[in-house]
Amino acid sequence: MDLRFTPEELAFREEVRTFIRENLPADTRDRMKLGHPPRKEDTVRWQRILNAKGWAALSWPKEWGGPGWTAIQKMIFLEENLMAPAPELLSFNITMLGPVLLQFGTEEQKKRFLPRAANLDDWWCQGFSEPGAGSDLASLKTAAKLDGDHYVVNGQKIWTSTAHNADWCFLLVRTDPNARKRQEGISFLLVDMKTPGITVRPIISIDGSHHLNEVFFDDVKVPVDRRIHAENKGWDVAKYLLGNERTGIARLGKSRERVSSAVSMAREVNFGGKPLIEDPMFRQRVAQLQVDMKALEITQYRVVSAYDKAKGAGKPDPLSSVLKVKGTELLQATSELTVDVAGPYATPIWAQELEAMNEPDELMEASSAGTGGYLMLRAASIYGGTNEIQKNILTKAVLGL
Amino acid sequence: MDFEPSDDQRLLVESVTRMLGDTYSFAQRKTYMALPEGYSPAIWSQFAEQGLLGLPFAEEYGGFGGGAQEVMLVMQAFGRVLVLEPYFPTIVLGGTAVNVAGSAEQKQAILPAIAEGSLKLAFAHNERQARYDLTDVVTTAKRNGSGWVLDGSKTIVSHGEAADKIIVSARTGGDRYDEDGITLFLVDATASGVARRGYLSRDDTRAADISLSNVSVSAADVLGEVGKGLPIIQRVIEAGIAATAGETVGAMEAMNEMTLEYSKTRVQFGNPIGSYQVVQHRLADMFMTQEQGRSMAMLATMSIDNPDQAARAHDIALAKVGIGQAGRYVSQSAVQMHGGIGMTEEYAVGHYFRRCMVIERLFGDPAYYLARLAAEVG
Repeated sequence: MDLRFTPEELAFREEVRTFIRENLPADTRDRMKLGHPPRKEDTVRWQRILNAKGWAALSWPKEWGGPGWTAIQKMIFLEENLMAPAPELLSFNITMLGPVLLQFGTEEQKKRFLPRAANLDDWWCQGFSEPGAGSDLASLKTAAKLDGDHYVVNGQKIWTSTAHNADWCFLLVRTDPNARKRQEGISFLLVDMKTPGITVRPIISIDGSHHLNEVFFDDVKVPVDRRIHAENKGWDVAKYLLGNERTGIARLGKSRERVSSAVSMAREVNFGGKPLIEDPMFRQRVAQLQVDMKALEITQYRVVSAYDKAKGAGKPDPLSSVLKVKGTELLQATSELTVDVAGPYATPIWAQELEAMNEPDELMEASSAGTGGYLMLRAASIYGGTNEIQKNILTKAVLGL
Repeated sequence: MDFEPSDDQRLLVESVTRMLGDTYSFAQRKTYMALPEGYSPAIWSQFAEQGLLGLPFAEEYGGFGGGAQEVMLVMQAFGRVLVLEPYFPTIVLGGTAVNVAGSAEQKQAILPAIAEGSLKLAFAHNERQARYDLTDVVTTAKRNGSGWVLDGSKTIVSHGEAADKIIVSARTGGDRYDEDGITLFLVDATASGVARRGYLSRDDTRAADISLSNVSVSAADVLGEVGKGLPIIQRVIEAGIAATAGETVGAMEAMNEMTLEYSKTRVQFGNPIGSYQVVQHRLADMFMTQEQGRSMAMLATMSIDNPDQAARAHDIALAKVGIGQAGRYVSQSAVQMHGGIGMTEEYAVGHYFRRCMVIERLFGDPAYYLARLAAEVG
């Protein structure tokens, strides 16, 4: 047992930090420091910079552009990237589609899609949830009928993040409505979002942003060679995708960044005639978050170092459900701290109107952006398998109930 | 980073677990509680035979050259069965004090005797008025020729009655709350002027209040430098926090296993209560809390040898808050999930609850350490 980072790991952290500091475009950094989410162009540009360095395809093998890092190095990178704060790698491309193609894809599919996914030449989205299939994903109804050398897809997906930015979608469809078990009649398809018959409708979320969408499929033709793995075996692919290395899901660096942003803001705002930072209740709340972040950090390293030792051979570690639950609870608690520091400044929406009316006002802008983040992060305990579903997983996997 | 125990560590845990499996059922434990000592001297001898009493001491002093990790693993195994014997005051607290501050002669006189089971220590620092404040020492030590005379009283000294030697802190200079001027002394438990009043503590172990009136000690019994006792006390307490963090992990594991088993066998409304999602989710929460607590125990253990005093104190404070809160949540939940039977003295879970409660406030509770962390924010 050794809880310390090795000298190599410490040097690696320094290398990552330096690279990000020197290469993250200033306009992206300035916006994100104020708490704004990255724009599409921020994400694309940054992922391409990282890809040119060989740092984008994080857990992919080297021959497909992966950096060849240990799981611990990967965690260090993810943490530094979030703390910078810099745009995150597009998870649809890097942690979802990539590993799925590497595990189940044909050579042709890998060659066609992997390099473009790493470089964000294609923006991918995930077509899983449906109006009637949320936590109960296997009840999905979107149908694909085989017709010669292509499937014809009809149905509707919902909560499709960034579908409006997407060039491609990986999609779960029902190919056998009469299968004995619901899970056995599902297939996994790759769909070009420009195919005729696809309609994307925005869903505006409670933070006022356009992140989510409904996606409608109306006689959409998908060539058979765009299916991943065997027909009716799509559930295996989906399970692999959802269970694959979900260690980054805790997004601890984001929580740390939110706390340090709240602490700086607390120096600027007033509480009973003094800066808020001097209020013992506030300080204690930060201290409690530091305790919880530390526990999560160590649990996270326990999970990834076990993963390194098993060389990724084992089944997904049920402890990754702990990371999901505790990590998202912290994302919510730390963004809540930001909103509470903002106080009354959390109420105005810093959009075009205010921006046009006011002189630059960083406190106001950061308060508004932080509040947007708080609102959006209510989704953290819902997406990727709700926290209640994670507890069901733990109940079965760990407790055997 | 590496979180796997080494092969030697794994063997250590196996052998301790096997011994406790033979000797430390809840029913057997009750018989040890009923002995005059409040624990089993026979088990203490077995600890000596197994090498546990010399575990963290250097080989030249009859020890096994183990470190904080080995102690954590043993304490974890102890926590699973709620060991009553004075391992914690003797090996962890007293042993650390002698290890950190003792002269070669003192180590030679004390550590081998501990390792063979013939000497037990107690650590008597806390005073009635101090609550958690380490510098609040009013017991005095006055020069008397080449030696010293001690006057004052110490409270809630773990296994104070069992000890052969008591490590006592006393003021040789400065005023109450001063960091300087505290000195540690090795006092014979039978020395004239030492009076011990023993009592049962909430965790089924024995503790004592100790009064010292006109107790003479020689210059050779000063532990460490005169007036420079506080940093030693801090090291002792940090070792104690790490060890009891490990013990809490063991206790949480035991409570979670008991609760899981109970949820499979207790039938209500025609089904085992573990089939109900509201119970399942509480069990999942208890498991997650246990694992977060384990992470904090690892943090404490691997921090105590960090030479950077400020970083060490910071990490220990984080761990102390985290493990205390974890132990409290798991033990409260374990009693709740058991229902009425969890309230009874005859059932084990309440004893784990009480041990966690005692550990939580040993050397400062989460609120105390949270306040320390809060002072550093910004």
